[in-house]
Amino acid sequence: MSREFVGVIGSGSFGTAIANILAKNSSVLLYSRTAETAEKIQETRISCGQHLDDKVKVTNSLEEVATNCNVIFPIVPSANFRDSIQQLAPYLRPYHVLIHGTKGLDLVFPKERPKDFKINKSCIRTMSEVIREESLVVRVGCMAGPNLAKELALGHPAATVIASPFNEVIAEGKRLLRSEKFQVYGNPDLKGVELCGILKNIIAIASGIISGLGFGDNAKGLLISRGLIEMIYLGKALGGEISSFIGLAGIGDLVATASSQTSRNYTIGYKLAQGKTMTEAIAEMEEIAEGVNTIQIIKQLADAQGIKPLITDTLYKILYEGMTPQDGLNYLMKYPGSIDIDFL
Amino acid sequence: MKPIGKDYVKKKYDQVVPGGIDEWPVVNLSKNREEFIKEVTQESIKRIKKLTPRRASLIEEIETTLFREKLRVKRNSWAVDPPDEAQFLDSIKSRLVEISTNDDKEEIDETLEAILTEIISRYAAEIAGNFKKSRYRMARSIVTFGFARLLNASRARGFWSILSTRFSLQDKIHITGEVEQLRNLAKKGTIIMVPTHFSNLDSILIGWVISALGLPAFIYGAGLNLFNIKIFAYFMESLGAYKVDRRKKNLLYLETLKSYSSLAIQKGCHSLFFPGGTRSRSGQLEKRLKLGLLSTAIEAQRVNYQKGKRDGLHKIFIVPVTLNYNFVLEAPSLIRDYLKLKGQERYYVENDEFSTSYKISAFLLKFFTKGSDISVSIGRGLDVLGNYVDEAGNSYDKTGRQIDTQEYFTKDGRIISHDQQREDEYTRMLSDRVVEEYHRINKVFASHLVAFTAFEILQKKYRKLDLYNLLRIPDEDQVIPYEEFREVFDRILARVYEMYNKGEVSVSPYLTGDPDKIINHGLANVGMYHAKRPLIKNKKGDITTQDLNLLFYYHNRLVGYNLESYV
Repeated sequence: MSREFVGVIGSGSFGTAIANILAKNSSVLLYSRTAETAEKIQETRISCGQHLDDKVKVTNSLEEVATNCNVIFPIVPSANFRDSIQQLAPYLRPYHVLIHGTKGLDLVFPKERPKDFKINKSCIRTMSEVIREESLVVRVGCMAGPNLAKELALGHPAATVIASPFNEVIAEGKRLLRSEKFQVYGNPDLKGVELCGILKNIIAIASGIISGLGFGDNAKGLLISRGLIEMIYLGKALGGEISSFIGLAGIGDLVATASSQTSRNYTIGYKLAQGKTMTEAIAEMEEIAEGVNTIQIIKQLADAQGIKPLITDTLYKILYEGMTPQDGLNYLMKYPGSIDIDFL
Repeated sequence: MKPIGKDYVKKKYDQVVPGGIDEWPVVNLSKNREEFIKEVTQESIKRIKKLTPRRASLIEEIETTLFREKLRVKRNSWAVDPPDEAQFLDSIKSRLVEISTNDDKEEIDETLEAILTEIISRYAAEIAGNFKKSRYRMARSIVTFGFARLLNASRARGFWSILSTRFSLQDKIHITGEVEQLRNLAKKGTIIMVPTHFSNLDSILIGWVISALGLPAFIYGAGLNLFNIKIFAYFMESLGAYKVDRRKKNLLYLETLKSYSSLAIQKGCHSLFFPGGTRSRSGQLEKRLKLGLLSTAIEAQRVNYQKGKRDGLHKIFIVPVTLNYNFVLEAPSLIRDYLKLKGQERYYVENDEFSTSYKISAFLLKFFTKGSDISVSIGRGLDVLGNYVDEAGNSYDKTGRQIDTQEYFTKDGRIISHDQQREDEYTRMLSDRVVEEYHRINKVFASHLVAFTAFEILQKKYRKLDLYNLLRIPDEDQVIPYEEFREVFDRILARVYEMYNKGEVSVSPYLTGDPDKIINHGLANVGMYHAKRPLIKNKKGDITTQDLNLLFYYHNRLVGYNLESYV
């Protein structure tokens, strides 16, 4: 049999963790972007500090991944996502199923931009939309949920949501990922689930700031609940279903990321609160914190549409306009409280 | 009339099927009509049983059908309905009662099967078309000859001009777009033509286009209400129509209808769906399509693949078509319906302008003697996944790589599987693609553009008003100074050309040259034969309207291109 492999594109910490989970049920082809890294991982059997399962084979050939795998999990940072799919696309066939695990947005600017150009909803793509745009694959899904790479690597119990309009994609995701330590749920609202994963990163940065300032659980509870409401408003405006935000990929992932020191986005926030500048904080990170980019995109979009997502707006000021984290928090606390829940 | 651009060429096309009418799949179908009805019945029963796996749910479905049918017979019966309908329903009812007192499971199943077969075969027989080649030939010549006479009489003026042959229907109806590809694809596989739907005239128009292009007759679903009129029924049947009864919304009927369409496509009958389901009330291009019949195209394609019929001969091609009018006779009543529906009036009664033969003939006469030109844009062929195909019927992805459509029905490139949920999703995707293509091939007429410009100017001026209040502004507020109009028109025209150059929309040849001339052409043509004109110049030369609702209607044709941001 030539097609017994499942593919993973991207050998970062999350990609590696997923490759190991997949290896419990099938053989895995793990793609690494550069030939040297691929060789090194294959030799040492260690990727991003994680031991590779014996059933994971490392490769530097996208063609090898596409010809040997019917199901492929692209897990690369959103900034490289489009490039990766473009490189993979020539090898993809209509039968392929792609389930991505990237929690970021892609921006598309029109070729000729007028001077007063403002971004709008039509400039924003989720990763599944990038896949649909750049390849002939139509059976697309995403995985999202409280899946901190470091905990997955330790084999702690966890769960994920596979979202896709196609039941068969959800079924494939379940079949491949399900193990005694890993539970898999399905959701047909692909866009909503993608947005959950994307927007929660914003709140995770805020949560890091709150901890970094030395505040406790009351503050965190406040942030998480108000943060969820902001996520729901933004998510709905961008085309997701409210219900997805109350699920594992929404509140589940939010709670995990907003309280975990192993989360990249949380860590960035924490460092900022400790007095580091953006550049310093980012330089100290091993991997990309998607939330930083997301805040920028959402802020521009909100400005263009004339809406004001309070938390995102304040974070933008802290990240890019020199507001101190303490001032940011004060500002939020002074802001007149509105109705608790007004969307259900 | 002066010739206008190479886009509109009068041309005579050979028959696509060289063997002539006897080789047409639709002729075959009607030759074996009885057999086909049986096949449809069996297929429908198979589907219905799959949908109602438990005995109790099947009984419930039959009971619901019975209940609704009885209500329909009582409240809304038509001349075309068979006279023994009530009797038939009663007999079914009494047998259902028998079942409820029976304990023998086997006997119950037998009776259920029998009941189901009776209902379904009755439905199938009603739906089935009855194509007759002799009638088809006659209908075709009547349409072509008769209309050509009317046309010549009205164009050239003067008594003897009725014998003139100067004008043919092609002078009135311009066929543009991918004509050659369509003709090629019709030889290579089965065509599903999906036109936009604005007027009751569309089906006749498309019927004529199909025959003028040398294509074999297409089958199409026509509303059963049109069969109430004998003469209409005669023409429709002979042109390949099968009957769709919009009153019957029960599962049994809908599944029978889908089986009919799917099996006919599998047998290679070219088909025509108006995927919008009904005429566009608002005058907008269809935004959402009815998925029921569209799904039968995808199903038929999968079944053909499963039967091992490889691309080449049994591939199914979707061909979007837009019909572009300056003038839609029904516009006043359509837009009234639309506004009523939107305003959520409770007792909305669909009004049927085509209820009597007199009204139809009056309509046709008016159309052919008065109506201005019409253009029919034929879009590029798509496979059932919405990928473009070439002349040979091969599918290509966006980058131009040739792909095998069959693989979309597999998980590994080899085994074709039936997954209903997958096909439902494919149907939605196909519908989105067709709508996208509509916007691309839609031809912008000068008349649409002036209507759009004027209405958007008013809308911007009174942006605080909602649509209903806007439509009621007093006459003196409806005047737009010509200079202002011209300025906005220029901007929108420039944008239309920008889109045209990117292939995002198509334009009429009248849309070139001096903008003042374009505007005048547009004003002269927009809804030209309505008693109240949607747009005119007043004595001072400024732009105004006599009927704001109609202006709204013709303006709607260009909604969806984001042109309003250029006002």
